Amino acid sequence: MLEIIFVSTLNGVLYGMLLFLMASGLTVIFSMMGVLNLAHASFYMLGAFFGFEISRRLGFWPALVLAPVVVGLIGMAVERYGLRRVHRHGHVAELLFTFGLTFVIKEVVEMIWGKLPVDYRVPSGLDFAAFTLFSGNYPAFKLFGLLISVGIFIGLLMAVRHTRVGLIVQAALSHPGMVGMLGHNVDRIFMLVFGVGVGLAAVAGVIAGPILVTQSNMAGLLGPILFVVVVVGGLGSLGGALAASLLIGLVQTFAVAFNVSLADLFGGTAAGAILSVWLADIWRVTVAQIAPILPYLLLVMILIFRPRGLMGTRDT
Amino acid sequence: MTDARTLPRTDAIGGRRPGFLARHAVWIALALALLLLPYLFSSRLALSTMSMMGTMIIFALSYNMLLGQTGLLSFGHAVFFGLGGFFTVHVLNAAGSGDWPIPLPLFPVVGGLGGLAFGILFGWVATKRAGTAFAMITLGIGELVVSSALILRRFFGGEEGITTDRTDVMSFFGYGFGPQLQVYYLIAAWCFLSIAAMYAITRTPFGRIANAVRDNPQRTAFIGYDTSRVRFIAFSLSGLFAGIAGGLSVVNFEIVNAAQMGAVESGSVILMTYIGGVGNFAGPIIGAILVTWLQLILSDATQIWPLYVGLLFIGMVMFVPGGIAGLLAMQAPVMAARKLHRVVPFYLLALAPGIVALVGLSVLIETSHQFSIRASYGPQLTLYSIPLDATSPLPWVAGVVLAVAGGILFMRAERLARDAYHAAVAQGGQG
Repeated sequence: MLEIIFVSTLNGVLYGMLLFLMASGLTVIFSMMGVLNLAHASFYMLGAFFGFEISRRLGFWPALVLAPVVVGLIGMAVERYGLRRVHRHGHVAELLFTFGLTFVIKEVVEMIWGKLPVDYRVPSGLDFAAFTLFSGNYPAFKLFGLLISVGIFIGLLMAVRHTRVGLIVQAALSHPGMVGMLGHNVDRIFMLVFGVGVGLAAVAGVIAGPILVTQSNMAGLLGPILFVVVVVGGLGSLGGALAASLLIGLVQTFAVAFNVSLADLFGGTAAGAILSVWLADIWRVTVAQIAPILPYLLLVMILIFRPRGLMGTRDT
Repeated sequence: MTDARTLPRTDAIGGRRPGFLARHAVWIALALALLLLPYLFSSRLALSTMSMMGTMIIFALSYNMLLGQTGLLSFGHAVFFGLGGFFTVHVLNAAGSGDWPIPLPLFPVVGGLGGLAFGILFGWVATKRAGTAFAMITLGIGELVVSSALILRRFFGGEEGITTDRTDVMSFFGYGFGPQLQVYYLIAAWCFLSIAAMYAITRTPFGRIANAVRDNPQRTAFIGYDTSRVRFIAFSLSGLFAGIAGGLSVVNFEIVNAAQMGAVESGSVILMTYIGGVGNFAGPIIGAILVTWLQLILSDATQIWPLYVGLLFIGMVMFVPGGIAGLLAMQAPVMAARKLHRVVPFYLLALAPGIVALVGLSVLIETSHQFSIRASYGPQLTLYSIPLDATSPLPWVAGVVLAVAGGILFMRAERLARDAYHAAVAQGGQG
């Protein structure tokens, strides 16, 4: 039991931090530009595939640096030549543009790498057990991923708090119109923020690729959860995004670890016999099986009881 | 507001109300077209394609009640389509085994009621918010329903779905609905009814207030309307019609599975509606027909056909926000000024290099697809009945040259066409 709790906590925090790498970029892009980038998870997927392709040719370490840079540049081009053009058609058009982008990126990935998973492995330098606890080994690569994402988080926090660009970003989070009035080149900041945001998603992709499966459906699997994180945390709140990322990361990993159903809990009682007829499938479903639903249930609950999200300060 | 209130009165005073035929010309033409189409396209494939188009027209129109009429961008509309299908399939199976006296043409009502019920349930949650938050909630609801469906196997039938037999139920004036032609007419009748009903809704005060909520929610709230209630009603009604479409799809295919409620299906209805044009009532009809047809011919021609549809969609979002219907509607002032002959040559002039650019692009896409994925089949591919070799530079160079040259010429011609259009409209305005 203690082992399950310990390993699940580590995995949950890792998953949560990877989610936060993406959610932070998404949040900053949303706060500044008012665009919820539906293609954010697609850039994460591009990161994973570029990471695979580059690490196959040059090794994992160059991939960890190069893949996010390349994805960031693609993101900037998308902002400069796509989003900025669509901007004058209004918010719905911007959302639809990024939605169309998810289609195109998925299809381009399938065009180049196919629909089957690619063989993106943990680099041999990190392919050992970090420590042995109870009966299982904890892989070093996961620990490394955790360290990298925590490191980036701290770096980002420092950059936002203590640099000039960070100050402008911070100002734009609460008063986007005023920043433009003060004479900053808002267009260039937008482009930069978009590039850095999707670059962060790509870092998550390079790290998550070997842990999860690198496949053309990975954006479709993760994207909705990412949006749950952003809405639950509160649209536009970085702190909320962190809290919601960790929450969802932990909830999902813990749920997967528990193989208990209502039938197991109340199976022997008299009421159980009646309930098993009425609840049918629900009666026998285990907690692990409903793990994929939990984030969405959380989303609906949050929207009913606290529509602004955990730490949100403004409505959309 | 003006057309609805003042026009009929002046007509009555003048005593020159146009006749029944003239007033309903569009509807009579639509009914005739639906009746006569099977005589024009009578192959089995054509009939099943047209049946599917009819279903998709209702689905896309129901989606446009949200996106076009009320300004709500939903990413989970297929939920209502799918749930409508599941309710229909279960009632169909129960009716078939229990000999209930319900003929097949009434079963889409079951789907509609199912869609309506869940539209009310989910709408209660979703329509409290508008804009981006609404879009996210619908996305979450969509995912919630699909992942629940894989758990509740008894109702949703797991991954293989639930099948039925439409000929099991009571026959309808001797029609058993075995042949595809009879199914086509069933769908066509429902399609006509639904189009008319949805058009009628846009003409009611509610429809107008929905437009107001889309254009200026703040002001609508200020003049005393509860915007979230308007969104709620629109959401529930669109669930109703999506459910009808889902029921028809069950009647047509005799199977429904959980994937039909998923993100892919929700995405494809967005593509249809937007490509057709959200600003015009007829837009989604055009979009549903075009995208269904494109899916059919492209999936025959290439494995990566969704890429083309996706690119078409992005192109429309970037350059033609009004959709195809918007482009057609733009020609109305030119036609009114009788200057169509001035602009059509320029359109054709722009079309030619545009097609060249598209051919170049498709050569590039198909060659790189052959080069990377289909490499195990060898580098040979045949495009436009020309054999090509993906490892030789020829198709790459040809693709780039065609795409770039066609693209540049298209942009020039497009500017000319735009000028000609504006000139024609301006002249029409003077004369």
